[in-house]
Amino acid sequence: MVALGPSGRLDRRGLTQALLEDRGGMLVVAGLGAPAWDITAAGDGPQNLPLWGGMGGAAMIGLGLALAQPDRTVLVLTGDGEMLMGVGSLATIAHQAPRNLAIVVQDNEHYGETGMQETATRHGTDLVKMAEGAGIQRRMFVTQAADVPALRAAIHAQEGPFFAVVKIDADSKPLVLPPREGAILQARMREHLLGPAAHLA
Amino acid sequence: MDRTALEAAPDAAEDWPDQIYDLLKAYNIRQVALVPDAGHSRLIKRCLADNTLRVITLTTEEEGVALMQGAWLGGDRSVLLMQSSGVGNCINMLSLSSIHRCPMPMIITMRGDYGEFNPAQIAMGQATQAVLEAMGTIVHRADAAADVAPTVEATLKLAFNTFRPTATLLGQRLLGAKTFGKD
Repeated sequence: MVALGPSGRLDRRGLTQALLEDRGGMLVVAGLGAPAWDITAAGDGPQNLPLWGGMGGAAMIGLGLALAQPDRTVLVLTGDGEMLMGVGSLATIAHQAPRNLAIVVQDNEHYGETGMQETATRHGTDLVKMAEGAGIQRRMFVTQAADVPALRAAIHAQEGPFFAVVKIDADSKPLVLPPREGAILQARMREHLLGPAAHLA
Repeated sequence: MDRTALEAAPDAAEDWPDQIYDLLKAYNIRQVALVPDAGHSRLIKRCLADNTLRVITLTTEEEGVALMQGAWLGGDRSVLLMQSSGVGNCINMLSLSSIHRCPMPMIITMRGDYGEFNPAQIAMGQATQAVLEAMGTIVHRADAAADVAPTVEATLKLAFNTFRPTATLLGQRLLGAKTFGKD
């Protein structure tokens, strides 16, 4: 069972660990900041793309990857601030409707990297409803540890596009940094997917 | 040029949009991201009619930059089609290319360029090349039909051979200016 933070909401590192364990071939794109540190804390490797920039682009990177690799589950794990910046991409994703793409927003209702300023989700903005309005048919809103197994199952079901918001504790965690050289992050995932030919394309 | 068209679009007798389509096929492009532009309408129709190309219509152009990053990660080649005004929406997202060394070819129809009618188009149109270059993009222009295919081919080659953002600007001298019937 995923632990709870001081607020009684889910612990972000425990949640990430639960979503990524026994992941099989699942590819993960993590939005910049805490989600990138979270997936790295769960174990860095070529199936991860932790982002260092491109705020607002995580879901669309996931879409391009999901369309290129239709047999792989692609999980975009990002924060509420990052998702709000690229929220129009939910319409683009609904239109393309890749079955293998899941987007999970770890919603702490704050901009965590910049001094914990409040985001719109703190003040009534409902990203699950925005995803519904965009046309994404399969959605979840998670507040309880007991719902995490169902969330895992939905991510792996390949019946997407799938969108979920998980309300998490806003506590900051120790930094666990992935490699900072983006060329390595990109090349290692391409080699994982395409073999040595990735570097001769 | 059809002066009554709502937006400037290539004359039906011009075949440079078909030449661009042929280049997208020759260079094995699989994902075509776009915000529609009249200047690209014929190329977009060709792409939509092709089941081996995935056309992704975006809500804003920066989505297309991020999509190109994801496509390349997964082994697909992609291209972004847009109007020059959309370049302004892409600025920060283009950093993905320099972060990861990701090929990002763009084919851009100009507004706010040669013979523009609409004052609102001038600011971004005149800034388009400077903005792209400020973000590390190699920019070529085509202002005559005969220059389109070689210039687009150079843009595709440079992107995929040297792993960076590249762009062809299709000038308004080629496309014609939208005049709202007031030429």
